[in-house]
Parts: sequence; structure tokens; C-alpha cells
Amino acid sequence: MPAATKMKPVDVVTIGFGWTAAIVAAELTKAGVSVLSLERGEFRDTDPDFAVPSIHDELAYNQRLKLFQDASRDTYTLRNDRSQGALPIRQFGSFLPGDGVGGAGVHWNGVTWRFLPWDFQTRSQSIARYGAGILGDDCYSQDWNITYDELEPYYDRFEKVAAVGGKAGNLRGQKIAGGNVFEGRRSNEYPNPAMKTQYSGSLFRDAAHGLGYHPFPQPSANSTAPYKNYYGITTGVCVYCGYCERFGCEMYAKASPQVTILPFLKKSPHFELRTNARVLRVELDSSGKKATGVTYLDSQGREIFQPAASVFVTSFVLNNIRMLLLSKIGKPYDPASGTGVVGRNYAYQVNTGATAFFRDGKIFNNFMGSGAVGIVIDDFNGDNFDHSSLGFIGGADISQSTTGWRPIVNHPVPAGTPRWGAQWKKAAAHYYNRAFSMNAQGGVQAYRGNYCDLDPTYRDINGQPLMRITFDWGHHEHKQSAFMSGIHAKVIKSLGATDSTISQLPKHYSVVPYQSTHNTGGTIMGNNRETSVVNKYGQTWDVSNVFVTGAGLFPQNAGYNPTGTVGALTFHTAEAFVKQYLKHQEPLA
Amino acid sequence: MANELSRKKMLGVLGAAAAASTLTECAPAQQSPSSAGTSPAPPLAAGSPAASGSGASAPALGNQPEAYVFFTAPERAFVEAAVDRLIPPDDLGPGGKEAGVAYYIDQQLNGAFGYGARMYRQGPFAPGVPEQGPQSPLNPREVYRLGIAAADDHCRKTYGGKAFADLTAAQMDATLSGLEKGTVNFDAVPATAFFEALYANTIEGFFADPLYGGNRNMAGWKLVGFPGVAAAYIGVIESYNQPYVAAPVGIADEQQQMNAMNDGHQPLHALAMQMNIHAEAGKR
Repeated sequence: MPAATKMKPVDVVTIGFGWTAAIVAAELTKAGVSVLSLERGEFRDTDPDFAVPSIHDELAYNQRLKLFQDASRDTYTLRNDRSQGALPIRQFGSFLPGDGVGGAGVHWNGVTWRFLPWDFQTRSQSIARYGAGILGDDCYSQDWNITYDELEPYYDRFEKVAAVGGKAGNLRGQKIAGGNVFEGRRSNEYPNPAMKTQYSGSLFRDAAHGLGYHPFPQPSANSTAPYKNYYGITTGVCVYCGYCERFGCEMYAKASPQVTILPFLKKSPHFELRTNARVLRVELDSSGKKATGVTYLDSQGREIFQPAASVFVTSFVLNNIRMLLLSKIGKPYDPASGTGVVGRNYAYQVNTGATAFFRDGKIFNNFMGSGAVGIVIDDFNGDNFDHSSLGFIGGADISQSTTGWRPIVNHPVPAGTPRWGAQWKKAAAHYYNRAFSMNAQGGVQAYRGNYCDLDPTYRDINGQPLMRITFDWGHHEHKQSAFMSGIHAKVIKSLGATDSTISQLPKHYSVVPYQSTHNTGGTIMGNNRETSVVNKYGQTWDVSNVFVTGAGLFPQNAGYNPTGTVGALTFHTAEAFVKQYLKHQEPLA
Repeated sequence: MANELSRKKMLGVLGAAAAASTLTECAPAQQSPSSAGTSPAPPLAAGSPAASGSGASAPALGNQPEAYVFFTAPERAFVEAAVDRLIPPDDLGPGGKEAGVAYYIDQQLNGAFGYGARMYRQGPFAPGVPEQGPQSPLNPREVYRLGIAAADDHCRKTYGGKAFADLTAAQMDATLSGLEKGTVNFDAVPATAFFEALYANTIEGFFADPLYGGNRNMAGWKLVGFPGVAAAYIGVIESYNQPYVAAPVGIADEQQQMNAMNDGHQPLHALAMQMNIHAEAGKR
């Protein structure tokens, strides 16, 4: 039904304004395309929204989730499997969708990876090396229909936008010790030097090295030096303040759309950003094969139709899936028959953590830190190790990273310590500065039973159905996590820790404890309309003027943070749009 | 050079409050490591990049009006007693009550958090499985109101008519333990849910910025050795295994400090911008 108010048409409208919308807008407006971004949340910028000292408020930002989606308006329902009734996530825990200008690009940590070449060919490479049985009948993991080599120039470009610092381990085929020797071939060294190394990181590095592993500094978009980026904007410098994840950056140092792209867009006559504009659906013509624009609610709740020649669905993964479902773009996935595609291959991240305690003699000062400072080993990621006798595929990056030990959340005590009372107090006081944690951030495979669809019961503040997530850990994740626990145990022994805790993956996925906001899939890319939502350019198979960006395109998740790959895919899409789609407004594949 | 000056000034502002607070109090956990073994190198000076700071000390924040607005008198007695058992006073420092934790909880319950402003509160309600998260229709105010009443009722029945606040320390601990483990249960609200709310808010109130009414005199931060919000560690993060000695600084302290030493005009973000621009100009 057409809305009462109709706006002036634009060439492209983006739904949301985070990393991917900013990239799309920058690349398209450069080519003279008019771009309007509709952002449901508020306007935010370094000045004045992220200024110190107010931004250094653990309660407001970390506990009360100031920068995140308001669950009272819009949440998701969850069940572990189809036999359960789904119930709403009444307060966010496991993952934290962003909100407002910059989206997750404001509150992220800045860890910026390239996926391994193997990650893009998970299914074919696994079968080739280990035989068809390795995946399991219920595993829907598949190849991406794009290779690392195809994406490499776009990874390079995103690193030059986000001022990423690190140390190359494979420069044009030459392996370099001290970098990640497992990474795919890079055309260039990182734009910025690697971060400094904190004490705990140095101990982890030495222990890993002693075990024969290959430690290297974690690639970071917490800028280590003033860097003039791809859009001519100069970044600030990270001071290791320890307020990064869940906070905005006061230093213009953590790369965000605000810091690295928005100043460029502000100069463009072709760009407009409207905030407090909540898109309800993409509108289709009577054929159902062409989008005509989007309908949104403005800050006063007025329903407005925005005509557009093309629509880019650029919000958070989960909200992108929901937008396609609400707009009836693509066939919804049906797990009973295994047919349909929208919502298929929803995946996540499996973390196996460990904490090492040192009774005496070491002081870590882990309140000093940044989102991405740390040392990593990649020896047990992807297919960098032999899985023949392991019964799972994929792996994890294992890192000792220190995002800043703000004390509401970080005051670990050795196992067996009471949770409260005098003994707890004594242990918390003693170990706050004598412990550090490590994490294995694991990939998650796709399964027939893990998917998203519209909830039949619960609705958002505007009366639209919430999205229902059906998700649980699969056999690959349980085996992987147990394996990573074993690696943690080796490292901890080598470190000489006096106490340690190693997390065990619970039998079932829970929405309660924070784990990761690396939700993936649901709008996956592929080589045909039967098993994917979009082609390799992010263009939906069914409505050729609707494009989707983000980690929803991942057919399954790798053992890395997603943003580097999200950025690379978005540049790839934007270039195809400008160079190919604008000339022939047709399916690109 | 302009860029150097700006950089110094920038880091100066960030570290200023810490540098200026040349109090003798230090974080006990760091100041006196219990180990006699490897004695670390001399302590790092807090805010060392800005040792030339103005030295003006932050105005005292005392004498603020403070009154409970949500808790009734019996509820207040319950919460003050409970937070002092969860975090008891001892030779390491103040307990929850002296640190203002009960007052902090009262203030939180009187605001958006207490009313569940950012919780999804539409029905239908069903218990579900634990993996689906809390499904109670109650907001935090209601959890406390019903939970305290039920817990006091339980104490009166168990301990000869005495409310929780009138019990011995051992009886209080046994009661709290019963709520935590669910060996005690209530009809109006699950005892475990009430305990977990109280526990989480107690930890928050002990460690949150003092501006929220808890962590009074930065008791929580001093206990563990957290230096607070005046955080710029680029110059010291690679000084390994050395205690960082600093009297902690809160948001209010630093806001006032910044206003004082920055001529009250130039906002910090402007300094940051300057620093970047000048550094860039110097580099290229």
C-alpha cells in the first residue's frame, strides 16, 4: 500500500548507515550516482558524542548498552530447535546489534582480518582433502562462489580506508616470519605499523613460540600512526585507553564510518543522510521482480515512500534477513523440505576462552589496552592443521588480546573461589592485575536446522513480526571447542600459570552470556538461486535492483572477526555496480 | 612544533587528572604486591606524558544531597545489609554499604533501568528454557519489591520473627546462599532471579563510576587498582611488569579538571583534531 507522502526519487537508497552503506555511498557518489542513506537511529559523531570523559563510562556503555539496538522496540525470538516454541530475547546478551549512524562500526573493537583462501572453498576443499564424510549430512557449508584472490584487491582497499596496522606474513608470495605465515598472498604490507604489545601479549607470544606455533600481532584498525586514508582523511592515534569495544573512540583512532568515510561524503553533492528514518519494507512493482523504493517511518512516525532506482540493504545481518522476508524478496527457507533460501545457513561464532592466573611476581596492567591490541596464532585456524583424525572442519584464531579490563566485567578469580563474600573480595583484589585471558574464536558451520524466519507470534513496536532465530551448536563446533581447550591447556602450562580456567562449550547455545556479534548468513552468496540469496556481487537473484551487503553473505562463518571481509565484499559489490550494473541494469550473474 | 605541542597537550589533558591527583593513596593491590619474589621495577608515574600539568586539584564532590527514592525504609535496611554481606567491609577496604552500593541500586531502580525501559516487555509470557534468557514479565523494580518482601518473610518464618537486616552475619549468608542456590523459593518471583539481580547490581554499584552514587570514594577501583577514566597509556603500555601507581579518577573529576586546565573553552575533541592535522602536516 503506497504511503501518504512520496519523496523525490534517488538513484540509490541504503537501508541503514554503517560500514557497508558508507562504502557504497562513497563509491557510488564518486561515480555521480545519487545516494540517500536512511538510518533508523540517531546521528552520532566523534565530536561531541564520543568525547572524554563521558565516553569512559562502563556502566552506561558496557552494561546499559547505550549505543545498541533498543530491545523494547525491536528484538528477535530464539529457539534451539524446531521442536521448541521460540521466545523473545527480552534483553540483549549473546550478541549486540548496533544502532545509529556508524552502526557496529562505532562500537566494534577494530580487529580487521582477511579470511583464509580455504575459508572461501570450505566444502570443496574439505571433501578433497578428507573425503565427503567429513562434513556430515546435516552440514550445509558451501563454497562462496568467490575466491580469496578475487577479493584481495578489495581487502587491500578496505585496509587503506580503515588505516589497518599489522605485519604481513605473506607479501606477494614471500613468507615473512613474525607476520601471519598462513595468510593468503597480500599485494601490499599493512598501511600502518602493528600495535604495541602489552605484557600479557608478550608472554603469550613467547609461550606460543616455544610450542612451535607462529605468533604475530593482531591486525588492527585502532590506528597506530596518523594515516591519510583512501578517501584523503587523516586518522588519529590510539592511546590504549582501554575503552573500545561497546564505546565510541574519542581519538579519531578506531576506524569507523564517521572517522574514515563520512567527512568525504559530507562534501559530495550526491549524498544525503536522513536519521531517525526506520525502513519498514522494500516496495516491489506488480511483477515482484523490480523494487520501486522503500517505505519508512520518519522521526514523527509519518509513513513515507522513498522512490529509488536501486535499493541496498545495508543494515545488520539479522535486520537484513528480516527486511528481505518482510519485503517478500527471495523464497523463505524451509528446513522441512530443505528448499528456499532467505534465512538459510544462519551461523555464528564459537568462542572457547581461558584465563591464566599468576599468584605472584607478575603485574599485567590490563586496564591498558585497545580493541585490537594483541598477539594471535593462526596455526589452528581454517585448514592450517591436519583434521584427519579430528572429526571436524575449520578452526579458530587464538589470541591474547586486551580490550581494557574495566572492573564491572573484568575481575576474574580462580575456580573454586566463592562468588561473593570476604574470600571473593580478597581474590578479586589480588587477581585483578595478576591474570589475563585468551580466546579461541572459532568458525561455525552451516546446518540444515539453523536458520531464520519471521516469528508467528511476537511483533515489534510497529506491529511487524520479529525475526525468529533457530540455532544450536553442531557437531563441528562441539569437537572444535574441545580441541581448542586442549591448545589452551598447552599454552597455559607453558606460561607457568599458577591457576587457570578453560571454558567448556555448553551443550546448547544460549542467548544470555555475551559471546559475539559476529552473526552471519541468512542472505548468503553463491552460484545459483536454489542455494543462495545473492550472486557474488550481492545482487539478489530474484529482484535485480536490490543488493545486500554484510556478513549475511557468508555461507558459513570463519574463525575470524568479519569486518575485513565485509568491507572487501562491499567494495567488490560497489565496483560491479558502477562498472557493470549502471551500464546494463540486469542481473550481473 | 605545533604538532608536538598539540600532541603533548592532548595527552596532557587525558592524563591530567591522574597526574594532578598526587594523593598518597595508591591501589593496594598494586602498591604492595604480596610476593616477595621478583620485585618489579619502580612504579610508573601516572600520566607521565603530562607531568607538567597545572596541578590544580579537582574540587571535592561531597555534600551532595542524597536520599533514597525507591526503597522503603525496610527495603533499604534489607539491601544495605545484603550488599554488605556480598562485599563485606574488612582490612582491604569498605564493604558494599559504605561504598554506596545500596544507594546506587536505589537510584538505578528509580530510572530507565528500573522500569525496564530497554527490555522487550510484550507477551505472551512463557517460561521457556534457560537458553532463551529471562522471560519474566517483571521489571527490575518489581523484582526487588517482591523479592525483598518474600525474602524478609522467609527470614521471619525461619529466624523467629526477625527480618533479614536483623540476622547475624552467618544467618544472612545462609539466607543469601539459599536464594542463590534456589534451595529457598518464592511464589511471586523466583528466588534465584532476585538474587542474580541483586548480585549483578551490587557488582555494578561497587565498580561503576562514582557519579552513579556507588563506588564511593572509589572504594571498588582502589580495591583492585583500577585507575579510572583518565586513560591514555600509549607511553607506558610496553613498560612490562611494573605497577602503575595512580589515585583513580572519575568522570566528574576529569570533567572539572579539563574545564579548569583547558581555559574552559576548547573541548578535548578539538585538541584531538588539531593533533591529527598538525601531526599529518609534519609528516608529509
